[in-house]
Amino acid sequence: AQTMEERAMATERPHGFDFDLCNRNAWLEKQGLKQLKPWSTGTTIAGVVFKDGVVLGADTRSTAGETVADKNCEKIHYIAPNIYCCGAGTAADTENVTGMISSQLELHKFRTGRESRVVTALTLLKSHLFRYQGYVSAALVLGGFDCKGPHLFTVFPHGSTDSLPFCTMGSGSLNAMAVYEQSYKEDMTKEEAMELTKRAIRAGIFNDLGSGSNVDLCVITADGVEYMRNMDMPNPRTFTAVPAPFKVGSTTVLKHKVLPLEQSVTITTTEEEEQGGGESMDTS
Amino acid sequence: MPQLSDLIGSFVDDKICYDTGYQAPSQPATHTTQPIVTGSSVLGLKYKGGVILAADTLGSYGSLARFRDIRRITTVGKNILVGASGDYSDFQKIQELLEEVVAEDYCLDDGRTHTAKEIHSYLGRVLYGRRNKMDPLWNTLVIAGVENGNSFLGQVDLLGTQFEDDTLATGFGSHIARPLLRNAYNENLTEEEARKIVLDCMRVLFYRDARTIIKIQ
Repeated sequence: AQTMEERAMATERPHGFDFDLCNRNAWLEKQGLKQLKPWSTGTTIAGVVFKDGVVLGADTRSTAGETVADKNCEKIHYIAPNIYCCGAGTAADTENVTGMISSQLELHKFRTGRESRVVTALTLLKSHLFRYQGYVSAALVLGGFDCKGPHLFTVFPHGSTDSLPFCTMGSGSLNAMAVYEQSYKEDMTKEEAMELTKRAIRAGIFNDLGSGSNVDLCVITADGVEYMRNMDMPNPRTFTAVPAPFKVGSTTVLKHKVLPLEQSVTITTTEEEEQGGGESMDTS
Repeated sequence: MPQLSDLIGSFVDDKICYDTGYQAPSQPATHTTQPIVTGSSVLGLKYKGGVILAADTLGSYGSLARFRDIRRITTVGKNILVGASGDYSDFQKIQELLEEVVAEDYCLDDGRTHTAKEIHSYLGRVLYGRRNKMDPLWNTLVIAGVENGNSFLGQVDLLGTQFEDDTLATGFGSHIARPLLRNAYNENLTEEEARKIVLDCMRVLFYRDARTIIKIQ
């Protein structure tokens, strides 16, 4: 008898590259189906290692072509209690890849009985992405804290990875990287790292059209995770579409006429209702 | 037996055949389709009472660092600077055009020279005209100058797009340096502070742009 985990692994890993869906897509296009434009998170995501842990940051704008699809989406995904992952690229890809690897990691954790390691998540992600040769368009910033200390990695859609003290991904990556390059130093405190990441994501929000709205931060240390959703909101909605109601008395009353309703409406009560009983529906 | 095709490109004069070497072209005539020797970014920043421009001195030949000491910022008259990124030979042509403008000013001798805003307009029209002929001068130019204490900073690119701003960066700098310049800009910058900001941006560009060298102008 196989364990639940072994069974999951067996069905999970076919051998070699599987391009069946590419054939299907080509056939569909020939039939006349218009290619759906993928929802891309034109994005700024960033991460930095500080003295006691890792800070991950992301903006919250999700675009479909040139329109903003979601003004306040969540780009920092949960992988394990001590590992979080920011995702740039196609939203479906980043969400599903991180979800899949999160499930695999949890099964693995039950098997080993130990806290997940960041390098495990990294290996699972990179081998999955490499199998799809870059067609799974997910560019990730993976950060976490495990028994070996704080870790920060980038994963590219083709499956290559880098281990860096600070990194950025997405369309706003150059803008955020400029801020990091200007002010990064080793062994920062948590407040310095948070402030630096906030400024980096802001550089992406204000200077890149694919990024916008608010800043999300996630701080991972030995003590646990602080997930700060919308910790900075530099783009508040200043004009509401629904105007505030007018105060009573702000318009002068010229004429006043009251029509008592009893003259135009006849109210009758039947005998059953007066008794309080009556025929009711049979609901047995 | 000589064919008609043999005779095309040659003419006969007293039974002597000259071959002019004309051959029918296999492809239609094309103009500039790609820049050859290129310069990377040019940065511009206004401060109180002036403008500062910075560029590195590298002319890249594709990925080869070919010319390591070229000047990508030139002066026009006494108080105007023009910096260029993109194709260096097209920039040299622009420098010739600007010299003609200066010479015209000198010959007119009416006490007035072209201002930075006028040069900006002029270059915008030249570049736009060339783009409409499908023969662009492959440059993004930054024009900077001071008139009566007011600083001017404008950009023109190979498509003819013209605009002015308080901070400018071309090429890679538009992604990397522009956010840093925008954050640091305020109306009351001194020259020292502006210089420091621009040098810091050149440093970050050197880290992250693969087509730069450490020497700047």
